[in-house]
Amino acid sequence: MTKDRPHSELLSLISLAQARYVREIDDGDCAAWPDFFVDDCFYQITTADNYKQHLEAGLMWMDSKNMLRDRILSLSQANIYERHSYRHLLGQPYIREVAGDEVESETSFMVARITREGPTDLFATGRYIDRYRVVGDDPKLVRRIVVLDSNQVDTLLGFPL
Amino acid sequence: MDDLTHVPADLPAWSKQDGAWRVPYWVFQREDLYAREKRTLFEGPTWNFLCLEAELPAPGDFVAVHVGEKPVIVTRDQDGQLYGFENRCAHRGSLLALEDRGNVKDFTCVYHAWRHNLQGDLVAVAFKDGIGGRGGIAADFCMSQQGPKKMRITTLYGLVFGSFDDEVEDIETYMGAAVVERIRRVMEGRKPVVLGRFTQVLPNNWKLYVENTKDSYHASILHTFFTTFELNRLSQKGGIIVSENGGCHVSYSAIDRQAEAAKAKSIYSEQNIRSQSDLTLADMSLLGSFKEFGDDITLQILSVFPNFVLQQIQNAIAVRTILPRGIDSMHLKWTYIGFESDTAEQRKMRLKQSNLVGPGGYVSMEDGCIGGFVQRGTRESPEERAVLAMGGHAIDSTDDRITEAAIRGFWTEYRQRMGL
Ligand code: FES
Ligand SMILES: [Fe+2]
Repeated sequence: MTKDRPHSELLSLISLAQARYVREIDDGDCAAWPDFFVDDCFYQITTADNYKQHLEAGLMWMDSKNMLRDRILSLSQANIYERHSYRHLLGQPYIREVAGDEVESETSFMVARITREGPTDLFATGRYIDRYRVVGDDPKLVRRIVVLDSNQVDTLLGFPL
Repeated sequence: MDDLTHVPADLPAWSKQDGAWRVPYWVFQREDLYAREKRTLFEGPTWNFLCLEAELPAPGDFVAVHVGEKPVIVTRDQDGQLYGFENRCAHRGSLLALEDRGNVKDFTCVYHAWRHNLQGDLVAVAFKDGIGGRGGIAADFCMSQQGPKKMRITTLYGLVFGSFDDEVEDIETYMGAAVVERIRRVMEGRKPVVLGRFTQVLPNNWKLYVENTKDSYHASILHTFFTTFELNRLSQKGGIIVSENGGCHVSYSAIDRQAEAAKAKSIYSEQNIRSQSDLTLADMSLLGSFKEFGDDITLQILSVFPNFVLQQIQNAIAVRTILPRGIDSMHLKWTYIGFESDTAEQRKMRLKQSNLVGPGGYVSMEDGCIGGFVQRGTRESPEERAVLAMGGHAIDSTDDRITEAAIRGFWTEYRQRMGL
């Protein structure tokens, strides 16, 4: 049972999963990004102001793994944007609660954006508010709410965070 | 006021023959022109969109927003009326509101506690009479002559607009009946609920975004989401409406029932037509829209000169405010809305469809970068001119969307108001 496992073990499983997650976005092509989630997951990108005020809309708002797949397909096949990439730096996950198979955790992040003609810019900071389901040694995201600290998004938001 | 210091004496020529169909790139590049825009357009006799009336339900409610770059406050006073004034203390100019929204009794400045009521009048000066007969303000100081500049406020179907110029015409005349009617279509008789607010910082002059919203020509070319996934299953027809002065517009597309009927008849002959791409969405619930209006319009983009956009893309409804930030930057404020009457399912549909719009939207993402492409592409060519000749030279309303008439409309009103 997940809830009986030592925190240190859960912490390292989640850290490892998150390290693979950001590698898939920053150094991969995002194709395997949906695989970090369970099938009926929820993924949202919002801002601290909206989150605090319980405003439900998101910059992305998806309630199935298939929607995540569609996002990546659209980015590679349909949408037009200038070549750019992200670089995520994650803080240590903070485990808030463990119940049954599920772990609620929060992790701070900073994301730099590297654009074709431009320098490396600080694109976003914020935190992940997560619920993982841990089966064996494989944590999968049931819910990830990406809460951006600032209300401002520069130019456009292409790849997931 | 000494206006002379502001008047740009040396703007390059923009020939009358160019009308609204040749636009020189220096209009997106010059500080002197921008200074004139702030004074003549944003603070002149125009209507600037401020907020939704639903954001100020109770007396004492306020929102802090901007007119151009100028910080302003919109309030609802105890009399139930809306007021607007500069977010600037009468004393030495500090911001009065330090939050985006809230409910207050008055605005007491944090610096020296000068107090302003909800209508923007200065009503109290701290230590006005000094202490023990010493100090205090000059004997000839008159409170009623000081204070932040006030705006005229008007509302239309729950949208709040403000103007710093009393000479501005009434809002219905300003937009024209056809545009008012299309606002009514979306907003009338129901109470909006804010679902989220996002600010997108765009690396371009504000007018490039205005052009983009009025550009019905680019929609199916730049935004390939719907065509790539063949999501326009129904035949569409559309058109644009341009206001008489040119500066307001509506662009729309609707299901073409006639073409649909014809298609149904020829269904057998179409059996052999193979799809161009095999790409399909794995989760089609994104497009499972609900019938919200009495007509067949699935998309309506509406703009009001100079800074307002009302968007209906299926059930994704939002208002956008265009705010300049210097010559080559702007803020685009998105307010996603639903309505109090929404069922839980309908609300969820709106949230899902919000993936179509905003800074990361499937059909709006490209608009975030395209203005920057133009800004960068034209930087070294201020004297060169854009061509806006799709659909001829006129600015009239038409039954097709392959036209740049609404953009020419904007430039027509822009030149007229700016004296260019
Ligand atoms: S600046 Fe506001 S009271 Fe002095
Ligand atoms: Fe667009």
